[in-house]
Amino acid sequence: MRSRRTPWLFLAPFAVLFLAFFVVPIGYAIWQSFIGVRRTGALGLGGSQTTFAGLRNYADALAQTAFVPSVLRILLFGVVVVPVMIIAATALALLLDAASARWPRFFRTAYFLPYGIPGVLASIIWTFLYLPGMSPILEVFGWFGIQAEPLAGDGVLWAIANITIWEFAGYNMLVVVAQLQAVPAELYDAARVDGANAWHMVWRIKFPLIRPAVVLTTVFTIIGTIQLFSEPIVLKRSAPAITNDYTPNISAYNQAFLYNNYGLAAAEAVLLALVAFVLSFGFLRLVGRGGRAGGAR
Amino acid sequence: MNRTGPGWRILVTAILAIVAVYFLVPVYWLIIASTKTTDELLGTSPLWFTGDPHLWSNLSQVFSYNGHIYLRWVGNTILYSGVGALAATLLAAAAGYAMAKFEFRGREAVFNIVLGGVLVPATVLALPLYLMFSSAGLADTYWSVLLPSVVSPFGVYLCRIYCEASVPDDLLEAARVDGAGELRIFFTVVLRIISPALVTVFLFQLIGIWNNYFLPLVMLSDPNLYPLPLGLMSWMSITDRVPVLYQLTVGGSLVSVVPLAIAIVVLQRFWRTGLTAGSVKA
Repeated sequence: MRSRRTPWLFLAPFAVLFLAFFVVPIGYAIWQSFIGVRRTGALGLGGSQTTFAGLRNYADALAQTAFVPSVLRILLFGVVVVPVMIIAATALALLLDAASARWPRFFRTAYFLPYGIPGVLASIIWTFLYLPGMSPILEVFGWFGIQAEPLAGDGVLWAIANITIWEFAGYNMLVVVAQLQAVPAELYDAARVDGANAWHMVWRIKFPLIRPAVVLTTVFTIIGTIQLFSEPIVLKRSAPAITNDYTPNISAYNQAFLYNNYGLAAAEAVLLALVAFVLSFGFLRLVGRGGRAGGAR
Repeated sequence: MNRTGPGWRILVTAILAIVAVYFLVPVYWLIIASTKTTDELLGTSPLWFTGDPHLWSNLSQVFSYNGHIYLRWVGNTILYSGVGALAATLLAAAAGYAMAKFEFRGREAVFNIVLGGVLVPATVLALPLYLMFSSAGLADTYWSVLLPSVVSPFGVYLCRIYCEASVPDDLLEAARVDGAGELRIFFTVVLRIISPALVTVFLFQLIGIWNNYFLPLVMLSDPNLYPLPLGLMSWMSITDRVPVLYQLTVGGSLVSVVPLAIAIVVLQRFWRTGLTAGSVKA
């Protein structure tokens, strides 16, 4: 018969691995971020010794490297990309759901397709599409006298933004579509009987119903944006503006593997996780309050 | 203005069509470009095929270059994504079932910690994981990519809410009265009922692993262990010295993108989020 151990039996395999590959690494990163390496002897050749560094790695991360500018760059990126992404995904979902469009299944599939292409491959493909001479897009622009070099100069940040929107807008749209399809048809019929027109349907009925899906996709987009790594890494070879500290993740990666500065890399990773938590929970609180106010109206 | 009339319909369809062009142009270009040699990539119009397409010779070069290493990358990718996602799904199903259908102390605390795991940026984990695996002597092995990939907090969340919504307590009790063991109930009754959720969890994790560039980049230095994205990136990064790799990167990208893109499209009805999973009954 079922004993008190049964649930733990089912939980244990996952729990052990979750502990080993989620909880322990986070603890290890926090510990590492407080550890420094001190070189001894002439020229530091006498060997090295690990010491407790206190908050020095954090101070270094905030002061000495280009880490803070990389965080600001990613925030600027997010301020543009997150709203564009969510508005595009929601608008496409509503248009597809409006039942006035032809071939909705084809369009939905076309928009969702890029999600199956890994970020690295998407970035490789877009690198070619950004190179004058190889790109069909720039060729068509050229017919109209528009000469663009997306990879030259600081504009490359928006070239990266375009890649991330291309990759994920369709996926986010599908999340919203799934929520829309879960709405019972009687609700629309009732609204129609009450004389609601198309705009009323969208604003008064569909919007409040898809709100949880929009909130969810926003949180995942925020977290994804903060982790920006593979797209700029791939574009780096062709875009001189992308430095070794271009995004916080690239910075942490280079501190660890280029400069062997694990303590500083760990401090940057911890700071990044904190930024991610503050922003996602801040957003959830913000919409939570907005939701209550909306409900009271 | 009548919002259901033919004018409105044409306008909406036109907007959707323009957006579709945006999403499909890169794929169109990839197909065109994979028929060209490196010289033609740089020297002919990127909008259309040349008179003499080289698709097959390109693809055979992709597969044979450097001792058929591309085939190894394909195998590695299937191992990491396929086996990793399969194991992750089974673990998540068991854990989700335990949390949905059993009362035990600390259940909600465990669930909340797991949910918090959904929000942890994956790249934050990769650096400490590398240090842990390298001190265990396991960095640069298959295990270093496979083991962290089998943990899916989102899968546990999805399986739990799906179990709560669709596995009846009466059925479990009836099976117990019939003398079935707990493991047998799980494998023969529960897994069958929640199979739609399992497909969703499997696909999410498959794409998650296939998309994760940071973990294999950090862990692996032996090209024989690379998954496809890492391998193609290694080709792309030496195109200056070996120009033929331009066409091989393009051809290799086509071969890696097409099968999965088709699978994604065919299986798209399984892409549900946690929000709607409970409302879709098996």
